[in-house]
Amino acid sequence: MGWRLMRWALLLLFAVFFVVPLYAMLDFSTRQAGGGRTGEAWAALVQDPQLSSAIITSLLLAALTVLGMLLLLLPTMIWVRLRVPKATRFVEFLCLLPLAIPALVIVVGMRNVYTWVNYLISDSALTLTFVYIVLVLPYAYRAIDSALSGLDVKTLSEAARSLGAGWPTVIARIVVPNIWSGVLSAAFISVALVLGEFTIASLTNYENLQVVINLLGKSAARVSVAASLASLIFATVLLMALSYVGRGRRAQEGSLL
Amino acid sequence: MSRRSGLIPSLALLPFLAYLTLFLLIPTVTVIVGAFQEDDRFSTVNIEALSSPAALRTLRNSILLSGSTAVIGAVFGALLSYLVVTAPPTSLFRRVVVSMAGVLAQFGGVTLAFAFIATLGFSGVVTEMLRSTVGLDVFGSGWLFGLPGLILVYTYFQIPLMVIVFLPALEGLKPQWREAALSSGATTRQYWLHVGIPLLRPAFLGATLLLFANAFAAYATAAALVSQGNPILPLLIRAGLTSEVLLGRQNLAFALAFEMILVVAVVMTAYALLVRRTSRWLR
Repeated sequence: MGWRLMRWALLLLFAVFFVVPLYAMLDFSTRQAGGGRTGEAWAALVQDPQLSSAIITSLLLAALTVLGMLLLLLPTMIWVRLRVPKATRFVEFLCLLPLAIPALVIVVGMRNVYTWVNYLISDSALTLTFVYIVLVLPYAYRAIDSALSGLDVKTLSEAARSLGAGWPTVIARIVVPNIWSGVLSAAFISVALVLGEFTIASLTNYENLQVVINLLGKSAARVSVAASLASLIFATVLLMALSYVGRGRRAQEGSLL
Repeated sequence: MSRRSGLIPSLALLPFLAYLTLFLLIPTVTVIVGAFQEDDRFSTVNIEALSSPAALRTLRNSILLSGSTAVIGAVFGALLSYLVVTAPPTSLFRRVVVSMAGVLAQFGGVTLAFAFIATLGFSGVVTEMLRSTVGLDVFGSGWLFGLPGLILVYTYFQIPLMVIVFLPALEGLKPQWREAALSSGATTRQYWLHVGIPLLRPAFLGATLLLFANAFAAYATAAALVSQGNPILPLLIRAGLTSEVLLGRQNLAFALAFEMILVVAVVMTAYALLVRRTSRWLR
Protein backbone atom coordinates (compact mmCIF):
# COMPACT_ATOMS: atom_id res chain seq x y z
CA MET A 1 0.00 0.00 0.00
CA GLY A 2 2.76 2.43 1.02
CA TRP A 3 4.72 1.56 -2.11
CA ARG A 4 1.74 2.08 -4.40
CA LEU A 5 1.18 5.53 -2.95
CA MET A 6 4.86 6.35 -3.35
CA ARG A 7 4.77 5.10 -6.95
CA TRP A 8 1.96 7.49 -7.85
CA ALA A 9 3.67 10.34 -6.04
CA LEU A 10 6.88 9.74 -7.99
CA LEU A 11 5.04 9.48 -11.30
CA LEU A 12 3.30 12.75 -10.54
CA LEU A 13 6.62 14.45 -9.80
CA PHE A 14 8.19 13.22 -13.06
CA ALA A 15 5.08 14.25 -14.99
CA VAL A 16 5.19 17.77 -13.53
CA PHE A 17 8.92 18.17 -14.26
CA PHE A 18 8.62 17.00 -17.86
CA VAL A 19 5.19 18.32 -18.85
CA VAL A 20 5.26 21.82 -17.35
CA PRO A 21 7.99 23.19 -19.72
CA LEU A 22 6.18 21.67 -22.71
CA TYR A 23 2.85 23.15 -21.61
CA ALA A 24 4.58 26.48 -20.95
CA MET A 25 5.79 26.53 -24.57
CA LEU A 26 2.24 26.11 -25.84
CA ASP A 27 0.92 28.77 -23.46
CA PHE A 28 3.78 31.20 -24.15
CA SER A 29 3.60 30.87 -27.93
CA THR A 30 -0.16 31.55 -28.09
CA ARG A 31 -0.24 34.56 -25.75
CA GLN A 32 -1.37 37.96 -26.96
CA ALA A 33 0.23 41.18 -25.74
CA GLY A 34 -2.95 42.62 -24.14
CA GLY A 35 -4.20 39.26 -22.85
CA GLY A 36 -6.13 36.54 -24.68
CA ARG A 37 -4.92 34.06 -27.29
CA THR A 38 -3.54 34.30 -30.81
CA GLY A 39 -2.14 31.89 -33.37
CA GLU A 40 0.11 34.53 -34.95
CA ALA A 41 3.37 32.96 -33.78
CA TRP A 42 2.28 29.61 -35.24
CA ALA A 43 1.20 31.17 -38.52
CA ALA A 44 4.66 32.73 -38.77
CA LEU A 45 6.14 29.23 -39.04
CA VAL A 46 5.01 29.13 -42.67
CA GLN A 47 4.87 32.88 -43.36
CA ASP A 48 8.25 34.07 -42.07
CA PRO A 49 10.55 33.77 -45.11
CA GLN A 50 13.73 33.24 -43.06
CA LEU A 51 12.15 30.51 -40.96
CA SER A 52 10.46 28.66 -43.80
CA SER A 53 13.62 28.67 -45.91
CA ALA A 54 15.50 27.28 -42.88
CA ILE A 55 12.88 24.55 -42.47
CA ILE A 56 13.34 23.63 -46.14
CA THR A 57 17.14 23.59 -45.74
CA SER A 58 16.87 21.29 -42.72
CA LEU A 59 14.44 18.93 -44.46
CA LEU A 60 16.71 18.75 -47.53
CA LEU A 61 19.71 18.12 -45.27
CA ALA A 62 17.79 15.32 -43.53
CA ALA A 63 16.87 13.68 -46.84
CA LEU A 64 20.39 13.97 -48.27
CA THR A 65 21.94 12.67 -45.04
CA VAL A 66 19.68 9.62 -45.02
CA LEU A 67 20.51 8.94 -48.67
CA GLY A 68 24.26 9.35 -48.18
CA MET A 69 24.28 7.36 -44.93
CA LEU A 70 22.52 4.43 -46.60
CA LEU A 71 24.80 4.55 -49.66
CA LEU A 72 27.87 4.55 -47.44
CA LEU A 73 26.79 2.18 -44.70
CA LEU A 74 24.54 -0.46 -46.25
CA PRO A 75 26.92 -1.90 -48.88
CA THR A 76 29.84 -1.71 -46.43
CA MET A 77 28.05 -3.48 -43.57
CA ILE A 78 26.55 -6.17 -45.78
CA TRP A 79 29.89 -6.71 -47.52
CA VAL A 80 31.66 -7.07 -44.17
CA ARG A 81 29.19 -9.75 -43.12
CA LEU A 82 29.44 -11.60 -46.42
CA ARG A 83 33.07 -11.41 -47.40
CA VAL A 84 35.32 -9.83 -44.76
CA PRO A 85 33.97 -10.82 -41.31
CA LYS A 86 37.48 -10.20 -39.95
CA ALA A 87 36.86 -6.47 -40.32
CA THR A 88 33.65 -6.51 -38.24
CA ARG A 89 35.13 -5.09 -35.04
CA PHE A 90 37.19 -2.53 -36.93
CA VAL A 91 34.20 -1.19 -38.86
CA GLU A 92 32.12 -1.16 -35.68
CA PHE A 93 34.84 0.79 -33.88
CA LEU A 94 34.97 3.37 -36.69
CA CYS A 95 31.19 3.72 -36.77
CA LEU A 96 30.95 4.27 -33.01
CA LEU A 97 33.93 6.64 -32.93
CA PRO A 98 31.78 9.78 -33.42
CA LEU A 99 30.27 9.07 -29.98
CA ALA A 100 33.71 9.71 -28.48
CA ILE A 101 34.63 12.66 -30.71
CA PRO A 102 32.15 15.48 -30.00
CA ALA A 103 30.64 17.45 -32.89
CA LEU A 104 32.26 20.53 -31.41
CA VAL A 105 35.72 18.98 -31.90
CA ILE A 106 34.93 18.02 -35.50
CA VAL A 107 33.79 21.53 -36.31
CA VAL A 108 37.00 22.99 -34.87
CA GLY A 109 39.12 20.70 -37.03
CA MET A 110 37.16 20.53 -40.25
CA ARG A 111 38.01 23.92 -41.73
CA ASN A 112 40.74 22.46 -43.99
CA VAL A 113 38.51 19.75 -45.40
CA TYR A 114 35.61 22.15 -45.91
CA THR A 115 37.77 24.69 -47.68
CA TRP A 116 38.20 22.00 -50.35
CA VAL A 117 34.55 20.93 -50.26
CA ASN A 118 33.43 24.53 -50.76
CA TYR A 119 35.97 25.02 -53.53
CA LEU A 120 35.30 21.77 -55.41
CA ILE A 121 31.56 21.25 -54.85
CA SER A 122 29.72 24.32 -53.59
CA ASP A 123 29.41 26.54 -50.55
CA SER A 124 25.71 25.94 -50.01
CA ALA A 125 24.38 24.88 -46.59
CA LEU A 126 23.61 21.49 -48.10
CA THR A 127 27.32 20.59 -47.99
CA LEU A 128 26.76 20.06 -44.25
CA THR A 129 25.41 16.68 -45.38
CA PHE A 130 28.96 15.32 -45.52
CA VAL A 131 29.67 15.90 -41.86
CA TYR A 132 26.08 15.06 -40.77
CA ILE A 133 26.54 11.57 -42.21
CA VAL A 134 29.41 11.13 -39.76
CA LEU A 135 27.27 12.40 -36.86
CA VAL A 136 24.41 9.93 -37.47
CA LEU A 137 26.76 7.01 -38.14
CA PRO A 138 26.75 5.41 -34.63
CA TYR A 139 22.95 5.44 -34.37
CA ALA A 140 22.39 4.24 -37.93
CA TYR A 141 25.01 1.52 -37.47
CA ARG A 142 23.26 0.19 -34.35
CA ALA A 143 19.87 0.08 -36.05
CA ILE A 144 21.11 -1.69 -39.18
CA ASP A 145 23.39 -4.02 -37.22
CA SER A 146 20.57 -5.30 -35.02
CA ALA A 147 18.44 -6.01 -38.11
CA LEU A 148 21.35 -7.77 -39.86
CA SER A 149 22.11 -10.01 -36.90
CA GLY A 150 18.56 -11.37 -37.05
CA LEU A 151 19.24 -12.65 -40.55
CA ASP A 152 21.31 -15.51 -41.96
CA VAL A 153 22.97 -13.33 -44.59
CA LYS A 154 25.48 -15.98 -45.66
CA THR A 155 22.94 -18.69 -46.51
CA LEU A 156 20.63 -16.24 -48.26
CA SER A 157 23.40 -14.88 -50.43
CA GLU A 158 24.80 -18.33 -51.26
CA ALA A 159 21.31 -19.39 -52.37
CA ALA A 160 20.99 -16.29 -54.57
CA ARG A 161 24.53 -16.68 -55.95
CA SER A 162 23.95 -20.31 -56.86
CA LEU A 163 20.93 -19.19 -58.86
CA GLY A 164 23.14 -16.81 -60.80
CA ALA A 165 22.72 -13.47 -59.01
CA GLY A 166 25.67 -11.09 -58.95
CA TRP A 167 26.83 -9.25 -55.81
CA PRO A 168 24.90 -6.02 -56.54
CA THR A 169 21.72 -8.05 -57.00
CA VAL A 170 22.34 -9.96 -53.77
CA ILE A 171 22.71 -6.73 -51.81
CA ALA A 172 19.92 -4.70 -53.41
CA ARG A 173 17.30 -7.39 -53.99
CA ILE A 174 17.95 -10.08 -51.38
CA VAL A 175 19.52 -8.58 -48.25
CA VAL A 176 18.11 -5.04 -48.15
CA PRO A 177 14.42 -6.06 -48.42
CA ASN A 178 15.01 -8.41 -45.48
CA ILE A 179 16.43 -5.72 -43.20
CA TRP A 180 13.90 -3.06 -44.16
CA SER A 181 12.89 -2.39 -40.53
CA GLY A 182 16.50 -1.68 -39.57
CA VAL A 183 16.92 0.61 -42.58
CA LEU A 184 13.76 2.52 -41.62
CA SER A 185 14.91 2.88 -37.99
CA ALA A 186 18.28 4.18 -39.17
CA ALA A 187 16.54 6.66 -41.48
CA PHE A 188 14.14 7.92 -38.77
CA ILE A 189 16.80 8.43 -36.15
CA SER A 190 19.00 10.21 -38.72
CA VAL A 191 16.17 12.57 -39.69
CA ALA A 192 15.54 13.39 -36.01
CA LEU A 193 19.23 14.06 -35.36
CA VAL A 194 19.68 16.26 -38.44
CA LEU A 195 16.55 18.34 -37.70
CA GLY A 196 17.90 18.95 -34.20
CA GLU A 197 21.47 19.75 -35.21
CA PHE A 198 22.76 23.16 -34.11
CA THR A 199 26.44 22.96 -33.17
CA ILE A 200 28.06 22.53 -36.57
CA ALA A 201 25.64 24.67 -38.57
CA SER A 202 25.89 27.63 -36.21
CA LEU A 203 29.69 27.54 -35.96
CA THR A 204 30.06 27.39 -39.76
CA ASN A 205 27.50 30.21 -40.23
CA TYR A 206 24.93 28.18 -42.14
CA GLU A 207 21.24 28.76 -41.42
CA ASN A 208 19.40 25.55 -40.62
CA LEU A 209 16.23 25.23 -38.54
CA GLN A 210 17.85 25.30 -35.10
CA VAL A 211 20.15 28.20 -35.99
CA VAL A 212 17.18 30.32 -37.10
CA ILE A 213 15.15 29.33 -34.01
CA ASN A 214 18.03 30.62 -31.93
CA LEU A 215 18.31 33.84 -33.99
CA LEU A 216 14.58 34.54 -33.68
CA GLY A 217 14.84 34.11 -29.92
CA LYS A 218 16.23 37.63 -29.74
CA SER A 219 13.72 39.42 -31.98
CA ALA A 220 10.55 37.25 -31.92
CA ALA A 221 10.60 35.05 -28.83
CA ARG A 222 7.05 33.72 -29.34
CA VAL A 223 7.80 32.56 -32.87
CA SER A 224 10.97 30.76 -31.80
CA VAL A 225 9.12 29.05 -28.94
CA ALA A 226 6.37 27.98 -31.38
CA ALA A 227 9.01 26.63 -33.79
CA SER A 228 10.75 24.80 -30.91
CA LEU A 229 7.54 23.12 -29.81
CA ALA A 230 6.60 22.26 -33.40
CA SER A 231 9.95 20.60 -34.04
CA LEU A 232 9.76 18.69 -30.74
CA ILE A 233 6.30 17.40 -31.67
CA PHE A 234 7.52 16.45 -35.14
CA ALA A 235 10.46 14.50 -33.67
CA THR A 236 8.16 12.76 -31.17
CA VAL A 237 5.81 11.64 -33.95
CA LEU A 238 8.82 10.39 -35.90
CA LEU A 239 10.18 8.35 -32.98
CA MET A 240 6.70 7.05 -32.05
CA ALA A 241 6.43 5.78 -35.63
CA LEU A 242 9.85 4.21 -35.18
CA SER A 243 8.64 2.28 -32.12
CA TYR A 244 5.96 0.69 -34.30
CA VAL A 245 8.36 -0.41 -37.06
CA GLY A 246 9.11 -4.10 -36.52
CA ARG A 247 12.25 -4.48 -34.49
CA GLY A 248 12.64 -0.72 -34.35
CA ARG A 249 12.05 -0.57 -30.62
CA ARG A 250 15.04 -2.66 -29.73
CA ALA A 251 17.23 -0.85 -32.22
CA GLN A 252 16.39 2.51 -30.73
CA GLU A 253 16.91 1.48 -27.13
CA GLY A 254 20.25 -0.05 -27.92
CA SER A 255 21.33 2.90 -29.97
CA LEU A 256 23.59 4.29 -27.28
CA LEU A 257 24.82 1.10 -25.66
CA MET B 1 39.46 -19.51 -49.22
CA SER B 2 43.17 -18.80 -49.41
CA ARG B 3 44.79 -15.85 -47.71
CA ARG B 4 45.65 -14.00 -50.86
CA SER B 5 42.09 -13.98 -52.22
CA GLY B 6 40.98 -12.63 -48.84
CA LEU B 7 42.64 -9.30 -49.61
CA ILE B 8 40.67 -8.38 -52.69
CA PRO B 9 37.20 -8.30 -51.07
CA SER B 10 38.64 -5.93 -48.44
CA LEU B 11 39.23 -3.37 -51.19
CA ALA B 12 35.46 -2.81 -51.31
CA LEU B 13 35.77 -1.17 -47.88
CA LEU B 14 38.01 1.57 -49.28
CA PRO B 15 35.25 4.13 -50.06
CA PHE B 16 33.98 3.82 -46.48
CA LEU B 17 37.47 4.20 -45.04
CA ALA B 18 38.27 7.13 -47.32
CA TYR B 19 35.07 8.89 -46.30
CA LEU B 20 35.70 8.52 -42.59
CA THR B 21 39.31 9.60 -43.03
CA LEU B 22 38.19 12.76 -44.77
CA PHE B 23 35.34 13.81 -42.49
CA LEU B 24 36.25 12.29 -39.11
CA LEU B 25 39.94 11.42 -38.83
CA ILE B 26 41.46 14.42 -40.59
CA PRO B 27 39.44 16.94 -38.51
CA THR B 28 40.43 15.11 -35.32
CA VAL B 29 44.11 14.98 -36.27
CA THR B 30 43.95 18.65 -37.30
CA VAL B 31 42.77 19.50 -33.78
CA ILE B 32 45.50 17.47 -32.10
CA VAL B 33 48.28 18.82 -34.33
CA GLY B 34 46.93 22.36 -34.11
CA ALA B 35 46.97 22.20 -30.33
CA PHE B 36 50.76 21.91 -30.50
CA GLN B 37 51.30 24.72 -32.98
CA GLU B 38 51.35 28.50 -33.06
CA ASP B 39 51.99 30.54 -36.21
CA ASP B 40 52.37 27.23 -38.12
CA ARG B 41 55.33 26.14 -35.99
CA PHE B 42 55.63 23.60 -33.19
CA SER B 43 54.90 25.26 -29.89
CA THR B 44 53.43 24.36 -26.53
CA VAL B 45 52.12 27.84 -25.70
CA ASN B 46 48.53 26.81 -26.35
CA ILE B 47 48.80 23.71 -24.19
CA GLU B 48 50.39 25.83 -21.46
CA ALA B 49 47.52 28.29 -21.77
CA LEU B 50 45.19 25.50 -20.64
CA SER B 51 46.59 25.93 -17.13
CA SER B 52 45.87 29.66 -17.04
CA PRO B 53 43.42 30.66 -14.29
CA ALA B 54 40.65 31.51 -16.79
CA ALA B 55 40.94 28.17 -18.63
CA LEU B 56 41.11 26.22 -15.36
CA ARG B 57 38.03 28.00 -13.98
CA THR B 58 36.13 27.09 -17.15
CA LEU B 59 37.24 23.47 -16.92
CA ARG B 60 36.17 23.34 -13.28
CA ASN B 61 32.74 24.75 -14.15
CA SER B 62 32.34 22.21 -16.96
CA ILE B 63 33.25 19.33 -14.66
CA LEU B 64 30.90 20.66 -11.98
CA LEU B 65 28.05 20.97 -14.49
CA SER B 66 28.65 17.54 -16.10
CA GLY B 67 29.27 15.79 -12.78
CA SER B 68 26.23 17.16 -10.98
CA THR B 69 23.83 16.60 -13.89
CA ALA B 70 25.27 13.11 -14.49
CA VAL B 71 24.61 12.10 -10.87
CA ILE B 72 21.16 13.74 -10.70
CA GLY B 73 20.27 12.31 -14.12
CA ALA B 74 21.51 8.82 -13.23
CA VAL B 75 19.62 8.62 -9.92
CA PHE B 76 16.30 9.98 -11.17
CA GLY B 77 16.65 8.28 -14.56
CA ALA B 78 17.20 4.92 -12.86
CA LEU B 79 14.15 5.58 -10.68
CA LEU B 80 12.02 6.43 -13.74
CA SER B 81 13.36 3.32 -15.55
CA TYR B 82 12.24 1.23 -12.58
CA LEU B 83 8.74 2.74 -12.78
CA VAL B 84 8.69 1.95 -16.51
CA VAL B 85 9.93 -1.63 -16.10
CA THR B 86 7.31 -2.45 -13.49
CA ALA B 87 4.53 -1.23 -15.82
CA PRO B 88 3.09 -3.75 -18.33
CA PRO B 89 5.43 -4.00 -21.37
CA THR B 90 2.73 -3.13 -23.91
CA SER B 91 1.21 -0.24 -21.97
CA LEU B 92 0.79 3.18 -23.56
CA PHE B 93 2.62 4.69 -20.57
CA ARG B 94 5.74 2.77 -21.48
CA ARG B 95 5.59 3.59 -25.18
CA VAL B 96 5.10 7.29 -24.44
CA VAL B 97 7.94 7.44 -21.88
CA VAL B 98 10.40 5.63 -24.16
CA SER B 99 9.57 7.75 -27.22
CA MET B 100 9.63 11.01 -25.26
CA ALA B 101 12.94 10.00 -23.69
CA GLY B 102 14.37 9.44 -27.17
CA VAL B 103 13.29 12.90 -28.30
CA LEU B 104 14.37 14.82 -25.21
CA ALA B 105 17.71 13.03 -24.92
CA GLN B 106 18.80 13.23 -28.54
CA PHE B 107 16.80 15.85 -30.33
CA GLY B 108 18.06 19.30 -29.69
CA GLY B 109 19.47 21.54 -27.06
CA VAL B 110 18.17 24.78 -28.56
CA THR B 111 14.52 23.79 -28.28
CA LEU B 112 14.99 22.71 -24.65
CA ALA B 113 16.63 26.03 -23.81
CA PHE B 114 13.58 27.80 -25.22
CA ALA B 115 11.25 25.49 -23.30
CA PHE B 116 12.79 26.74 -20.07
CA ILE B 117 12.88 30.37 -21.21
CA ALA B 118 9.11 30.05 -21.84
CA THR B 119 8.72 28.50 -18.37
CA LEU B 120 11.08 30.34 -16.04
CA GLY B 121 12.36 33.27 -18.12
CA PHE B 122 11.48 36.87 -17.22
CA SER B 123 8.00 36.62 -18.78
CA GLY B 124 7.84 32.84 -18.53
CA VAL B 125 4.56 31.10 -17.77
CA VAL B 126 5.53 29.83 -14.31
CA THR B 127 7.35 33.05 -13.44
CA GLU B 128 4.29 35.18 -14.20
CA MET B 129 1.94 32.78 -12.45
CA LEU B 130 3.97 32.84 -9.23
CA ARG B 131 4.45 36.60 -9.49
CA SER B 132 0.73 37.29 -9.76
CA THR B 133 -0.54 34.69 -7.27
CA VAL B 134 1.91 34.52 -4.36
CA GLY B 135 4.12 37.48 -5.24
CA LEU B 136 7.22 35.26 -5.53
CA ASP B 137 9.94 36.27 -7.99
CA VAL B 138 11.54 33.03 -9.20
CA PHE B 139 13.35 34.84 -12.01
CA GLY B 140 15.54 36.61 -9.47
CA SER B 141 18.63 38.12 -11.02
CA GLY B 142 18.51 35.84 -14.05
CA TRP B 143 19.96 32.61 -12.61
CA LEU B 144 18.38 30.71 -15.54
CA PHE B 145 20.97 32.20 -17.92
CA GLY B 146 24.00 31.13 -15.88
CA LEU B 147 25.44 27.92 -14.44
CA PRO B 148 22.42 27.09 -12.19
CA GLY B 149 20.10 27.39 -15.19
CA LEU B 150 22.36 25.10 -17.22
CA ILE B 151 22.20 22.49 -14.47
CA LEU B 152 18.38 22.61 -14.55
CA VAL B 153 18.07 22.40 -18.34
CA TYR B 154 20.76 19.70 -18.66
CA THR B 155 18.87 17.59 -16.11
CA TYR B 156 15.91 17.80 -18.48
CA PHE B 157 17.83 15.82 -21.13
CA GLN B 158 20.08 13.77 -18.81
CA ILE B 159 17.19 11.94 -17.07
CA PRO B 160 15.72 10.80 -20.43
CA LEU B 161 19.17 9.70 -21.66
CA MET B 162 19.55 7.60 -18.51
CA VAL B 163 16.18 5.96 -19.21
CA ILE B 164 17.30 5.02 -22.74
CA VAL B 165 20.64 3.60 -21.60
CA PHE B 166 19.61 1.98 -18.31
CA LEU B 167 16.27 0.45 -19.29
CA PRO B 168 17.78 -2.52 -21.21
CA ALA B 169 19.94 -3.43 -18.18
CA LEU B 170 16.97 -3.28 -15.86
CA GLU B 171 14.95 -5.40 -18.30
CA GLY B 172 17.82 -7.92 -18.29
CA LEU B 173 17.21 -8.77 -14.63
CA LYS B 174 15.38 -12.05 -14.93
CA PRO B 175 12.31 -12.55 -12.72
CA GLN B 176 13.55 -16.13 -12.09
CA TRP B 177 16.54 -14.76 -10.13
CA ARG B 178 14.19 -12.91 -7.85
CA GLU B 179 11.95 -15.97 -7.46
CA ALA B 180 15.00 -18.13 -6.70
CA ALA B 181 16.17 -15.69 -4.03
CA LEU B 182 12.72 -15.34 -2.47
CA SER B 183 12.05 -19.10 -2.46
CA SER B 184 15.42 -19.65 -0.78
CA GLY B 185 14.11 -17.51 2.07
CA ALA B 186 15.54 -14.09 1.17
CA THR B 187 13.51 -10.95 1.81
CA THR B 188 12.91 -8.44 -1.00
CA ARG B 189 15.42 -6.15 0.70
CA GLN B 190 18.04 -8.90 0.78
CA TYR B 191 17.37 -9.72 -2.88
CA TRP B 192 18.09 -6.13 -3.92
CA LEU B 193 21.07 -5.79 -1.59
CA HIS B 194 22.82 -9.03 -2.58
CA VAL B 195 21.58 -9.77 -6.11
CA GLY B 196 19.88 -6.88 -7.88
CA ILE B 197 22.12 -3.96 -6.98
CA PRO B 198 25.48 -5.78 -7.42
CA LEU B 199 24.31 -6.95 -10.88
CA LEU B 200 23.20 -3.49 -11.93
CA ARG B 201 26.14 -1.58 -10.48
CA PRO B 202 28.42 -1.71 -13.59
CA ALA B 203 25.53 -0.69 -15.86
CA PHE B 204 24.63 2.15 -13.52
CA LEU B 205 28.19 3.43 -13.25
CA GLY B 206 28.71 3.07 -17.00
CA ALA B 207 25.55 5.01 -17.75
CA THR B 208 26.62 7.75 -15.31
CA LEU B 209 29.91 8.08 -17.21
CA LEU B 210 28.06 8.29 -20.52
CA LEU B 211 25.87 11.05 -19.06
CA PHE B 212 29.00 12.88 -17.91
CA ALA B 213 30.53 12.76 -21.41
CA ASN B 214 27.22 13.78 -22.94
CA ALA B 215 26.97 16.90 -20.77
CA PHE B 216 30.65 17.71 -21.10
CA ALA B 217 30.47 17.83 -24.92
CA ALA B 218 27.00 19.42 -25.18
CA TYR B 219 27.02 22.80 -26.89
CA ALA B 220 23.60 23.82 -28.21
CA THR B 221 21.73 24.34 -24.92
CA ALA B 222 24.49 26.48 -23.46
CA ALA B 223 24.91 28.49 -26.67
CA ALA B 224 21.19 29.29 -26.73
CA LEU B 225 20.83 29.97 -23.00
CA VAL B 226 23.95 31.73 -21.77
CA SER B 227 24.14 35.35 -22.85
CA GLN B 228 27.11 36.65 -20.89
CA GLY B 229 30.65 35.30 -20.67
CA ASN B 230 31.92 31.81 -21.38
CA PRO B 231 31.38 29.89 -18.14
CA ILE B 232 31.93 26.39 -19.62
CA LEU B 233 34.45 24.76 -21.96
CA PRO B 234 32.25 24.44 -25.10
CA LEU B 235 31.46 28.18 -24.95
CA LEU B 236 35.14 29.04 -24.51
CA ILE B 237 35.87 26.95 -27.61
CA ARG B 238 33.25 28.97 -29.48
CA ALA B 239 34.93 32.18 -28.34
CA GLY B 240 38.26 30.83 -29.58
CA LEU B 241 36.75 29.92 -32.95
CA THR B 242 34.84 33.11 -33.61
CA SER B 243 37.12 35.77 -32.19
CA GLU B 244 40.32 34.54 -33.91
CA VAL B 245 42.50 35.59 -30.99
CA LEU B 246 41.53 34.46 -27.49
CA LEU B 247 43.70 35.26 -24.48
CA GLY B 248 46.32 36.35 -27.03
CA ARG B 249 46.57 32.90 -28.62
CA GLN B 250 45.70 32.07 -32.19
CA ASN B 251 45.38 28.30 -31.78
CA LEU B 252 43.75 28.21 -28.35
CA ALA B 253 40.51 26.74 -29.77
CA PHE B 254 42.52 23.70 -30.91
CA ALA B 255 44.10 23.25 -27.49
CA LEU B 256 40.69 23.56 -25.77
CA ALA B 257 39.15 21.06 -28.21
CA PHE B 258 42.10 18.75 -27.55
CA GLU B 259 41.37 19.01 -23.83
CA MET B 260 37.76 18.06 -24.57
CA ILE B 261 38.88 15.01 -26.61
CA LEU B 262 41.08 13.88 -23.72
CA VAL B 263 38.33 14.11 -21.09
CA VAL B 264 35.66 12.53 -23.29
CA ALA B 265 37.98 9.75 -24.51
CA VAL B 266 38.99 8.76 -20.97
CA VAL B 267 35.37 8.76 -19.78
CA MET B 268 34.09 6.84 -22.83
CA THR B 269 36.83 4.21 -22.52
CA ALA B 270 35.87 3.58 -18.89
CA TYR B 271 32.26 3.42 -20.07
CA ALA B 272 33.07 0.83 -22.75
CA LEU B 273 34.90 -1.35 -20.21
CA LEU B 274 31.95 -1.24 -17.80
CA VAL B 275 29.47 -2.02 -20.58
CA ARG B 276 31.52 -5.06 -21.58
CA ARG B 277 31.15 -6.32 -18.01
CA THR B 278 27.39 -5.84 -18.08
CA SER B 279 26.90 -7.45 -21.47
CA ARG B 280 28.24 -10.73 -20.05
CA TRP B 281 24.94 -11.41 -18.32
CA LEU B 282 22.64 -9.16 -20.33
CA ARG B 283 20.83 -10.75 -23.33
